Amino acid sequence: MTHVISMLVENHQGVLARIAGLFSGRAYNLESLTVGATNDSSVSRITLVCKGDDNVIEQIKKQLNKLIDIIKLVDLTGLQTVHRELALIKIAATPAQRGEIFQVADVFRAKVLDVGLDNMILEVTGSSEKIDDFLLILQSYNILEMARSGLVAMERGKKAKK
Amino acid sequence: MEKNGAQLIVEALKKEGVKVIFGFPGGAVIPIFDVLFNDPDIHVVLTRHEQAAVHAADGYARSTGKTGVCLVTSGPGATNTVTGIATANFDSVPLVCLTGQVPRNMIGNDAFQEADIVGITRPITKNNYIITDRAELGRTLKEAFYIASTGRPGPVLIDFPKDILNAKLNDSYPESVSIRGYNPVIKGHPGQIKKAAETLHKAKKPLFYVGGGIHIAGAVDVFRKVVKKTGIPVISSLMGIGALATDDPLNLGMIGMHGTYPGNMAVTECDLILGIGTRFDDRATGKLSEFAPHARIVHIDIDPASIARNVAVEIPIVGDARQVLEELLPQVKQSQIDGWIKQVKEWQQAHPLKIEEGNIRLSPSRIVHTISEVFPDAIIATEVGQNQMWAALFYNYKHTRSLLTSGGLGTMGYGFPAAIGAQVANPDKTVIDIAGDGSIQMNIQELATAVQEELPVIVAILNNGYLGMVRQWQEMFFDKRYSSTCLNRRPSCPPGCKHPGENCLVYNPDFIKLAQAYDAIGLRVSKTEEIKPALVEAGKSKNRPVLIDFLIEYEANVWPMVPPGGANSDMLLGEGR
Repeated sequence: MTHVISMLVENHQGVLARIAGLFSGRAYNLESLTVGATNDSSVSRITLVCKGDDNVIEQIKKQLNKLIDIIKLVDLTGLQTVHRELALIKIAATPAQRGEIFQVADVFRAKVLDVGLDNMILEVTGSSEKIDDFLLILQSYNILEMARSGLVAMERGKKAKK
Repeated sequence: MEKNGAQLIVEALKKEGVKVIFGFPGGAVIPIFDVLFNDPDIHVVLTRHEQAAVHAADGYARSTGKTGVCLVTSGPGATNTVTGIATANFDSVPLVCLTGQVPRNMIGNDAFQEADIVGITRPITKNNYIITDRAELGRTLKEAFYIASTGRPGPVLIDFPKDILNAKLNDSYPESVSIRGYNPVIKGHPGQIKKAAETLHKAKKPLFYVGGGIHIAGAVDVFRKVVKKTGIPVISSLMGIGALATDDPLNLGMIGMHGTYPGNMAVTECDLILGIGTRFDDRATGKLSEFAPHARIVHIDIDPASIARNVAVEIPIVGDARQVLEELLPQVKQSQIDGWIKQVKEWQQAHPLKIEEGNIRLSPSRIVHTISEVFPDAIIATEVGQNQMWAALFYNYKHTRSLLTSGGLGTMGYGFPAAIGAQVANPDKTVIDIAGDGSIQMNIQELATAVQEELPVIVAILNNGYLGMVRQWQEMFFDKRYSSTCLNRRPSCPPGCKHPGENCLVYNPDFIKLAQAYDAIGLRVSKTEEIKPALVEAGKSKNRPVLIDFLIEYEANVWPMVPPGGANSDMLLGEGR
């Protein structure tokens, strides 16, 4: 099963390498990982998406918790959360196709970031599923390039996670 | 007062109570060695290889419970520590490893003797650091000592760029430290402990299963009280040996691949295991699906990640073994398990460990048994392989921290430097490295260290001319194809040779000459009646290491043995048994 794990970590050199190394060294399956600043400059937030059976997920969480630089870890799976991912997609688009693509983009609330002579760049945010769906539709066009951000997530409600 | 980084490091060592460090100098760490020069409070043991410095610090730590410290230079000095650090990490040994680094402005430039040792050791340390700001030095050292020695202990490495060692600042070593991401659970959950006591009392065929954590936690005294009060038999992992005296009637011995018959039978038939400070490691459990098939499992460990990893645990208790057992002691009572005890005794009588006499040469089990007679209170270090298993099975351990062995990583070359570290820490005890002729050569150069330090470490080489454990596997599972395990093989030897013959080299090397070259004492023993006198003679040395070359049966095997992948109850007991 896929789990979304959100962590507050010390903003130290090497934290990311430590986490990435843990996954590769112990052969855990890491789907995506995002790192970013928080409102506290000494702390970063890492959101990672990993896959495994219950025992493996339990081990992943225990091993992550052992890392000194990880301050707090929450498995968001099954909790009330919002999660978002962003994708940039460059597709080939002749002037004749543009209107049609605009319409599809509109349905998915994707933004058109750039229009070139024979291509355009779209930006879409949403759940991973929504982005997957959008990409499915776009498959009938020629996708030239794509960049996905990885997931960020947050639990709903007032409670701060720290 | 202004001090440079090197001075602050030495101040930190003193405030942490460090009396001895093990190290090897080099360009990047000369400033620290300079501060240590002629220091009356800290003795520096100069090893002949950085790996040995780490193993020696490890032996110092395992035999005392104190944090071991080693100090090496950048680049190759640092990379040579890797095996030592991984060994300590696997067996939860508190170490602080200080490595030099090129100056900050040269890091990343492929400078002379530069290595990214923090990157290299990340997966084999409990934590590691590179100091990039002189102001962080004191706090980081404090953190390192705290992290290394608390919770589940382990090695912590700090990398010091050379300019940090020279940079001056008016600071001092902090008194305390607080790390928001690190709060080990020490006290076990009272409800879980109560449940454990109840489960223990209800069980009809209970067992205690102890691992290395019981020594690390200093829990052996209270554990022995629990055993006495309940009357429940005990099995152990390799690392748990010494938790109960080997000859205690309730001690069924080690379980697993080379476990005892009563131990492996009991673990297979029991209905409850109370595991204490053990990882339920694969060499101990054997085939997992057939491990303790009827048992409910209670597991006490300070590391949550060690609980329920390999076996399903019904009652997990996260906490320090000593604290948990002290809570448990008043809640347990004498178990009514006469039938179980009777069964266990039958197993003990059916197949006790047997000293197999040699046909032509000496018996390794006889030698270890005699070591036990002559030196009943020794600290035993081992290398890895057959020597390790014979040492584990045939020495009568009485004390906690009396067996120093690389359990998890299985590092050949560990024993001798570890024995040196243990002897430095325990000058009044007899320290013996039980070695093989293969593994001793992985750190034989440390004879120079032992001679220089005037340490009477005894090295008992069980010399069979083979890399014996691999040879045993080749004999049993590869049709005696002794590929690269004969230590005497030359190009002129017949292909497919399966036995040593008259034309073989007698020694390779001649360990006696080697010992003499280092000015150590060398004794060769080839007759059974010479074993004891040689050991007595070795025991007389007060300030010189003694190497005893015991010429043992070429093809002696370790029994019992569970073939790899097999269930613990499917033991091979030896020829004709």
